[in-house]
Amino acid sequence: MSVRVQTEDFDVGVESRALQADSVGGIALFVGTVRGLSSDNGVTAMTLEHYPGMTEGELERIEADAMDRWPLERVTIIHRVGRLLAGEQIVLVATASAHRQAAFDAAQFIMDFLKTDAPFWKAEERDGKTSWVEARDSDTAARDKWHDDSASPSRSGSGD
Amino acid sequence: MSQTNITLRYFAWMREHTGADAETIDLPDGVTSVGDLLPLLRDRSAGHALALSNMRTVRVAVNRAYGDLDTPVSAGDEVAFFPPVTGG
Repeated sequence: MSVRVQTEDFDVGVESRALQADSVGGIALFVGTVRGLSSDNGVTAMTLEHYPGMTEGELERIEADAMDRWPLERVTIIHRVGRLLAGEQIVLVATASAHRQAAFDAAQFIMDFLKTDAPFWKAEERDGKTSWVEARDSDTAARDKWHDDSASPSRSGSGD
Repeated sequence: MSQTNITLRYFAWMREHTGADAETIDLPDGVTSVGDLLPLLRDRSAGHALALSNMRTVRVAVNRAYGDLDTPVSAGDEVAFFPPVTGG
């Protein structure tokens, strides 16, 4: 189990290699980045605030839930805070398992819960003005799909 | 001496409205839940009243775990108010 909240950037290659182990057959990596000027929203930078103490607790809870639900060997969650420029990495979720389906599904599960439960807030800079990002109902809907019985929200979850 | 204070925390736009990221108040008699605190907090300033005007847009945590207006509070607790989260 590994949860980190940090201002520094992270190296996806280093983090991936750190999850490698004899029993691991696949590692799923999700990297969230700051959408930039060329996208429809024209954001040049954002600042991420969080609730120290609660943030780590929520991420550890989400990670533990994923490890209860899938046969995962190792998990890493890294979330950056502070000011980030367009194109920079924000978040890494990496899941290592013997088989790919557990790794893919668990990574999606962790991201869906992170988006709605981990206490981070984004303020976006656009045309020299800063505004708080509003939470989206679609994120809550993505999380709530996991409350159904199926192993996966998007597929029938038939394993490898 | 037992503790009689509670600590309040505010984040994101709620912090901007209240003008404080944290404040400590004496826990008044009769306050046993988060909901009981709201009238007292709204009286602290116009910014507090604005921040806490629509509780549908506010999430609550007590001692760093999610709660709601019915969650009990007692001396020594940390009660946080913040908007729906937007990380990831």
